Parts: sequence; structure tokens; C-alpha cells
Amino acid sequence: MTTSGTTYLMTEGSPGTGGQQARQLLPRLLSADGRPAGLPAHLATHGQLPYRGRRGLLIDEVHRSGLTGRGGAAFPVHRKLAAVAAAGRRPVVVANGAESEPLSAKDKTLLRYSPHLVLDGLQLAAEAVGARRAVLYLHEDLPLHGWLGELLFERRSNGLDRADVDLVLAPPRFLSGQETAVVNVLNGGPALPTFTPPRTFERGVGGLPTLVQNIETLAHLALIARYGAAWFRGLGTAAEPGSMLASIWQADGSPAVREAAVGTPLLDLLGLGDHVQAVLIGGYHGTWLPAGQARLLSLSNAALRPAGATAGAGVLAALPARCCGLAETARVARYLALESAGQCGPCLNGLPRIATALAELAGTSPRGPVINDLERWAGLTSGRGACHHPDGAVRFVRSALRVFAAEIRRHRQGTCAAAASQPFLPVPAGPAAEADWSRPR
Amino acid sequence: MSKQLRVNPIACSGHGQCAELLPELIKLDEWGYPVLDARPVPPGLDRTARRAVASCPALALLLSPRRDGRPRQAAAPGGCVRRQRAKDGGT
Repeated sequence: MTTSGTTYLMTEGSPGTGGQQARQLLPRLLSADGRPAGLPAHLATHGQLPYRGRRGLLIDEVHRSGLTGRGGAAFPVHRKLAAVAAAGRRPVVVANGAESEPLSAKDKTLLRYSPHLVLDGLQLAAEAVGARRAVLYLHEDLPLHGWLGELLFERRSNGLDRADVDLVLAPPRFLSGQETAVVNVLNGGPALPTFTPPRTFERGVGGLPTLVQNIETLAHLALIARYGAAWFRGLGTAAEPGSMLASIWQADGSPAVREAAVGTPLLDLLGLGDHVQAVLIGGYHGTWLPAGQARLLSLSNAALRPAGATAGAGVLAALPARCCGLAETARVARYLALESAGQCGPCLNGLPRIATALAELAGTSPRGPVINDLERWAGLTSGRGACHHPDGAVRFVRSALRVFAAEIRRHRQGTCAAAASQPFLPVPAGPAAEADWSRPR
Repeated sequence: MSKQLRVNPIACSGHGQCAELLPELIKLDEWGYPVLDARPVPPGLDRTARRAVASCPALALLLSPRRDGRPRQAAAPGGCVRRQRAKDGGT
């Protein structure tokens, strides 16, 4: 998976969020001219790193900004910072760039175009919690790695970085970016989630309190440290301030990454004409919604939660009418079952059964009781794992059963609305065995 | 302080002993893994619950203070109500 085919386009703002203002204020994270920002250009635009001089001083500003984690969970950043800073021992800070979701490209794109914002954020977060050791944790992408290594050397030579930064490769698995799996890898283990407690902020890398933040979150933090909480709140809504990066999979199969104010209508981000039947919000742990419903919604939790979805990490995909949503969901469900860490009984047993039942539903003559089995297994699988993989997979599957109910009826009658047999949603040609859970050498 | 049963799903390998010892609060799913009652452990079952925790061969069953830290006022169903010392601070 590379970002070579990923264009990035800036959103032009929207009436709902003060379009005129947004037009002037975006992009914040991505470079305006569409070229990667080197160190001189970065410093000319944003100035030197605004170190505060002492642990903890930045946390209030972050609190006032209302910044939440952009990795999907939307956890308030100041609370994580405060918990790690208060833990007493010298903590470790991890920039989590293990963007495993096949539909998501925003973290890779951000690293490619604005690497110094991310690296600034990592340093400032390290200072805020009192860490001297930092880790940049990424999926294997050798050109990007080589380049980031050079950038880190350049920053150190210029005296910008105070915390040492190690580059660590994430194994190519869906769960590699899960917080406890990240810690497991950094401790020399496989990319498997662990049972909590202990929570990562109490005991993580090397047994030390550990702050794990998404790449994009750190870039926002670098801007908040420079321009302040009030500036950050100049975009977005009062409850969910700021901008966010969205990874967009259009109905024609073209991917893009756009930066948008939180609260931007989905219509401004995705083409949602008659050729689109449904929208997937939140990626493969997310929720299908009918296109007609998505046309009325915007990219914020306030708008999406009542519809059963969340803004998450800003992953959006439009499913064209010519595709079978059931077949697409079945294919992805199989992938999710194969990506189960296989550690927890309900996930290990439930996800493959769910995937098989979905494949049967998506076939031509499903048995009558298969839908009952599916619903029972969904209930038995969700909420019973050490991590949220089974919950996310079940949320995705259940939403498909709702949104593609008419398609299920057609399949029972031996027909399918899909004109295209080509798969639409990307599914990595997964690893055949469990061999590569561990760190690549 | 009321307690809550919790299972470490990574450690649990589905021996099923807990469901035999504490059928009031633990059932097994169709694959043999425990499904826990979401309610706090009633005081009348406290001792049995502790025995179930101690007998888990995988050490996967846990008894922890309720997450919300609020003691429940509900009377124990048909058992003696014993006063427990609140030694676990809730969050």
C-alpha cells in the first residue's frame, strides 16, 4: 500500500462552517502548494519550535483547544497528556503512524507533505509529559523511511530536537496500530493487543508510562503550541473544534485525502449523486449508511452519532450503485476475520463464522436460518475481546444487514442488483499465515 | 463496595469451570467461552464468586471494583446481606 496514487485536495470550506472563513484558513496541516515542506520552508512558515521550557506547561493550552485524538477514538488529548505527565517516571512518547485501515491514507499523506509538523508535535508532546525518548512507529515504506531518517538527522544537526527519536517499523497487520499492540511491538513482542489494565499511560514501553498519539493529532498539537487554542477553535464546531484530515474513496474508485473543518457536510467531501447507493463512514470498523441519509449529514460526531456512526479517523467511501454491498461486506468481513489476532475465543470463533455466513448471504441461494445465525454470532462476538477489533467488525457487518436489506431479499430470490463483478473496496492481498505478526527485520 | 466479574479474554481458554461453579452469573456460549452477567455480584454470591475466580485454571476470571464506583442499593436476592468493607477506591 503506497500513497503514490493518492492525490490530496484541499476542501474549499462549506456554508455550514463559515465557508468564507474556512477558505482562508485551510489547509492547516497540508502544504498549500501541494509540495512536501522541507525544513527551511517549514521554519519560514511556522517559525521555531515553541518549547515551553518545562514539563506540563503546554497541557492547559491543549485543554482549552479541545483537541481530540485523530486516530479514531476522539479521546481528549489533554487528559492523556496529563495522565502520562503525572505518572511520575520518565515516560516514552510514540507517534503512531501505523495506518492499517486499507481505506485510510491521511497519516501517510501528512507525513509525506508536512513531516516537520508531525515531528514538531512529537517533540512538544515529549516536553509536555517530560519524555526524553520518542518513537516514530510506521508501516514499512522504505522510501519514506529513508527520507524521514534524513529529516530526523537534519533536525538534530540543527538543534531542533530535544528528545531522541527512533524509527520503528510496524508489522503489516490490521491491528499493528492498536495502542497495546504498539507497546507490545516496541517491547520486542508481536503486534498483538494485550489485556488492560495496566493501561498504556501507566505502564507501556519498557514498563514506563507511555503516550501513544496518532500522527495527525501531533501535527495539530504543533500548531496549537504555536498559534494557541483560540486559533484552533476558529474552525470546526464548539463541541468538536478544529480541522481534520479525511481519507476519501470516491464512487469511481479514486482515493483522495482532504483537510476539512469538523462539521463539513459529507456532500462537500464525497460525490453523492444518484450513482452512489451507500456510504461507509469510519472504514472497516465503521458503519454503512444509505446515500440518501449521508447526504444530510456532516463530518462530526454530533451529526453522525445519532445515525449510528462516528467521525472516527475521517475515513469515507462511496459505494456505487453498480456494486453489490453484500458481496463487498462479505469480502471485507473475511479480511477482518483473517486479521483477528486470534487471542480471544469469541473473536477467533465468531468472526470466521460471521464471514462465512455473509458469503452465503451474498451467494445465490442462502439457507433460511443463515441470517439468524449471523445475528446470534454478532451478539456473541461484540464486546468480548481484549481490543475493539470484534466490536468494530460487528458494527460494520450489522450496518450492512440494515442498509443492504433489499439486496439480501434479492439474493434469496436468486438475483443480485450488481452489474459489476469487480471488487470495489480495497482488501490487501493478506499474508497467508500468521508468520508476520512480528516486527520486520 | 460491590464487585464486578471480568474475564481476561486472552488468558481464557474456555475450560468452563467458572460456569459450573457460578451458574447464577456465568453462562457458556456455544464455543465454550464464558458470558458474564453484567450486574454487580450480589453480596449473597460474593463467596462463590471468589471461589470461581480462585479455581480458574487459566487465572482469567477477575473480580474488580465496579467501574463507576457507585455502590448499588439493591438488596441481595434471597441471601444474607453482609456489610462489606469498602477498601477499594472507585475511579
